[in-house]
Amino acid sequence: MTHLPYLIPGWILLVGVYGIVTSRNLVHAVVCLSVAQSATYVLLLTVGYQKKATAPVFSDIKPTRNVVDPLVQAMTLTDIVVGATVTALLLALTVQVAKRRGTVDPDQLRSLEP
Amino acid sequence: MNEVLIVAVLLLTAFMATAVVLTRDPARQAIVLSGYGIVLTVLFVVLQAPDVAMSQTGVGTVVVPLIVMLAIHAIRRHHTREPDEKDRS
Amino acid sequence: MSRRLRLLVLGVGGAGLAVLFALAAFRLPRFGGTFHPYGQRTLPNALARHTPNVISSINFDQRALDTLGEELILMASALAAVLVLRTVRAEQEDSAGEHAYGPAQVFDALRITGYLLLPVTLMTGVYIVAHGYLSPGGGFQGGVVLGSAIHLVYLAGDYPALARIRPVPMFEAGEALAAGAFVVLALWFAGQVKAMNAVVGLEVGCAFVLALAKFFEQALLVRKDS
Repeated sequence: MTHLPYLIPGWILLVGVYGIVTSRNLVHAVVCLSVAQSATYVLLLTVGYQKKATAPVFSDIKPTRNVVDPLVQAMTLTDIVVGATVTALLLALTVQVAKRRGTVDPDQLRSLEP
Repeated sequence: MNEVLIVAVLLLTAFMATAVVLTRDPARQAIVLSGYGIVLTVLFVVLQAPDVAMSQTGVGTVVVPLIVMLAIHAIRRHHTREPDEKDRS
Repeated sequence: MSRRLRLLVLGVGGAGLAVLFALAAFRLPRFGGTFHPYGQRTLPNALARHTPNVISSINFDQRALDTLGEELILMASALAAVLVLRTVRAEQEDSAGEHAYGPAQVFDALRITGYLLLPVTLMTGVYIVAHGYLSPGGGFQGGVVLGSAIHLVYLAGDYPALARIRPVPMFEAGEALAAGAFVVLALWFAGQVKAMNAVVGLEVGCAFVLALAKFFEQALLVRKDS
């Protein structure tokens, strides 16, 4: 029980990788990649959680109050926003692939020629 | 009590992640992805991370599914033009 | 590589990863424990600099240099998405004659909801950016809200109006200016949390508007003759 929450991000990562490998559509693969990436958010925040602690915002609580780890939250925050633009870039590349090859099935994309 | 809530939401997150991956049609997947974004938001709130939850609501439930839908739409247009695409090359 | 071989490789690799991950997870400090050496070191610094939102303090004061890197990744990938889609657009204009944006058919309820929510959402975005040093929020979250808010006009079924209120060159300039201002702030004036929140909000908002604008162009452009 004390360590089981850490296994959830492992499961999310594996499921995402499974989706990428078995994908028949590049859009599906990109979405699976973003699912695999979301495992990092869950892992960071579960590592930073502390029992009976509150959010690390001191505008309305005493400075002596226990708070959860703010460092991992700051990392997750930037991770989410940057990850979204990277997903946008990958989808833009997928649109470009569809335009040039007429298909988004990875199995039909054999060589790297334009 | 709080622990039980966290474990329940964690299990729900794992379930939704699996659902997103197993939805093979990208258009349906965008909707499920939006639901996964909401579940992640709830998880971040119960893990006492309001800042992260805020950015997850915006990104995970609105922006990324919207981009996925638009990309699917754009790709579909290229698919319909597949034959003349080959003629020209 | 055949499908079966690929699945086999995935099975072996996945099983190995699962075992190693589980072993690592059970060596971590216990869930909900009080062992947070890095986080606890950030707290006194945030309080000493009078930034009640510790996360803003970490992002824009204590780890401002890391955030600078993240910002530049954000700008680079948004820029790359715009460039990749611009090529596609140019090719289409060369190859086919006239294009027009498809007509919109939207329920009245959705249209009214879109117009009503637009000012509220914009205000919320500005509030989240401006109040980020004090309460949950900040440049990243507020920028996302601002960047997606103006697309409510599209929800209201009016793509030409969206294209009018969203002149792409202006947002490109805003993105570049905000990125430059953030570099200056992060390298010489780290700790100006309010100013950095505003600049990051502008940059994130512009990045999302630009990327979404290009995707909208791609998705909604239809041939007039078809």
